[in-house]
Amino acid sequence: MKQTDHDLVIIGGGPAGLTAGLYAARSRLNVILVEKIVPGGQVLITDWIENYPGFTGISGPDLIEKMVEQTKQFDLAIESNEVLSMDLTGDSKKLQLYDREITTKSIVIATGASPRALDIGEDRFVGRGLSYCATCDAPFFKDKVVVAVGGGDTAIQESIYLTKFVKKVYVVHRRDELRAAKILQERAFENDKIEFVWNSVLTSIDGESGVESVRIKNVKTGEEKNMASDGCFIWIGILPNIGFVGAGLALDDAGFIVTDDHMQTSVPGVFAAGDIRNTPLRQIATAVGDGAIAAMSAEHYIENIKK
Amino acid sequence: MGNGIIEIDDGSFEKEVLKSDKPVLIDFWAPWCGPCRAITPIIEEIAKEYGDKIKITKCNVDDNPITPGKYGVRAIPTLIVFNNGEIVDQITGMVAKAKLIDSIKKAI
Repeated sequence: MKQTDHDLVIIGGGPAGLTAGLYAARSRLNVILVEKIVPGGQVLITDWIENYPGFTGISGPDLIEKMVEQTKQFDLAIESNEVLSMDLTGDSKKLQLYDREITTKSIVIATGASPRALDIGEDRFVGRGLSYCATCDAPFFKDKVVVAVGGGDTAIQESIYLTKFVKKVYVVHRRDELRAAKILQERAFENDKIEFVWNSVLTSIDGESGVESVRIKNVKTGEEKNMASDGCFIWIGILPNIGFVGAGLALDDAGFIVTDDHMQTSVPGVFAAGDIRNTPLRQIATAVGDGAIAAMSAEHYIENIKK
Repeated sequence: MGNGIIEIDDGSFEKEVLKSDKPVLIDFWAPWCGPCRAITPIIEEIAKEYGDKIKITKCNVDDNPITPGKYGVRAIPTLIVFNNGEIVDQITGMVAKAKLIDSIKKAI
C-alpha cells in the first residue's frame, strides 16, 4: 500500500487515548496523538478519584499529569489540534485537521463525551452562575445556595464537593431514588448541607445578569414552584463527542460508536476506545483497558496490511 | 515572570488593561482550578508567539475579587480580550489554542 504520514493517529487525549498512545509508542509505531485542547478530557474537571487502582486517592489533574509524563518516556508525539473531518474510504485514511490534512493507516477514536445540557435555554447563563464543573466553579459560590440537577455518580460526588463551599445544595432528581454508587449515596444522605428534591425537574432558569432563581416541577403532582438560587450545576449524563465522525461508522441509538471485543469499529483499521464507545461502564479504569486493546488491535491491523 | 505574562491585580488592572496602548488578553485563574492549570501551556505559547502584538496578563481571582466581580466572572478559566478598554471577546472554560488565536486576532 502507498506511504502514509502515520501508522496510527489517536484522536483524543483522555485516559483512553493516552493509554493507546503509551502502548503504540512503546511498540515504536509511527504514531501521533491529536488533542483538541489539552490532554485530560473529563478527568481534568474531576476533583477526586478514589476508584482507580494504585491510587488511594488522587486529583484528576494530577493523574493526567502522570499519564502524560509516562507517554513522554516513550516519546509519544502529542499535538494540540482539532480533527474536523475524516475520510475513511480508502486504505490510506485521511484526516482533516485545523491547519492541514494528514494520512494514516489506522485510527483510534478516543474523543470521549461531554456533559449533556438541559436544553431549557440555559446557555446564556454559562459562566454566569450555570456550571457543569464543581471543581472549576464551586469557590465562586461560597456561602451561597445552589441547585444541582441529576442523580448519578457525577451529580452526587460533585454535590458533596460543593458542600465544602456552599451554604446549601438542593439536588433536584427526576426519580425518587439515586443511581449513584451506594457509598456516595450514604455520604450525601449524611451531609447536612445537601437536601434532595425528589421526582422533580427544572423547567427554567431565570435571572437578569446571572442565575437568580430556578423553576422546579414535580413530575408526579405536576406542581411547579420557584426557588431562589445563586447557581445551578447540571449533571444529567453525557453525549458522545462525534461531531467530526460523519457518516460511515456504525453508532448505537444514543450515538456512541459500536465496536467488537477488539475495539474494532464497522470500518477496518478504525478503532474506538473509552467513553465514545458503546460500553456498559464509563470509568478511567475501563477507558485505559479499551485504550490498550485498541492500540494492540491497530498494531495487528498495520502488520497484516503490510503483508 | 520571565515568560512574557504580566500578573495583574485589582490595583493595576485599570493601568495595565483598560489604559494599555496594546490589546490585552486577561486570564482569570486560581491555584485550585485544574482546567486553569491545564491551559497554562497554551497561554505561555500565545505569549511567546503573539507577545509583540498583544499584552498577555493573568489575574488570580482569589487574591483579587473586585476585577472579576466587575466583569461578572463566576467561572474559571475565563479569558477576556480587551482593546482600548472595551471587551472584544470573552471565552469561558478550556479552549483550544487555535480558537484562542482566532479570538485575539479580533483585536490585533
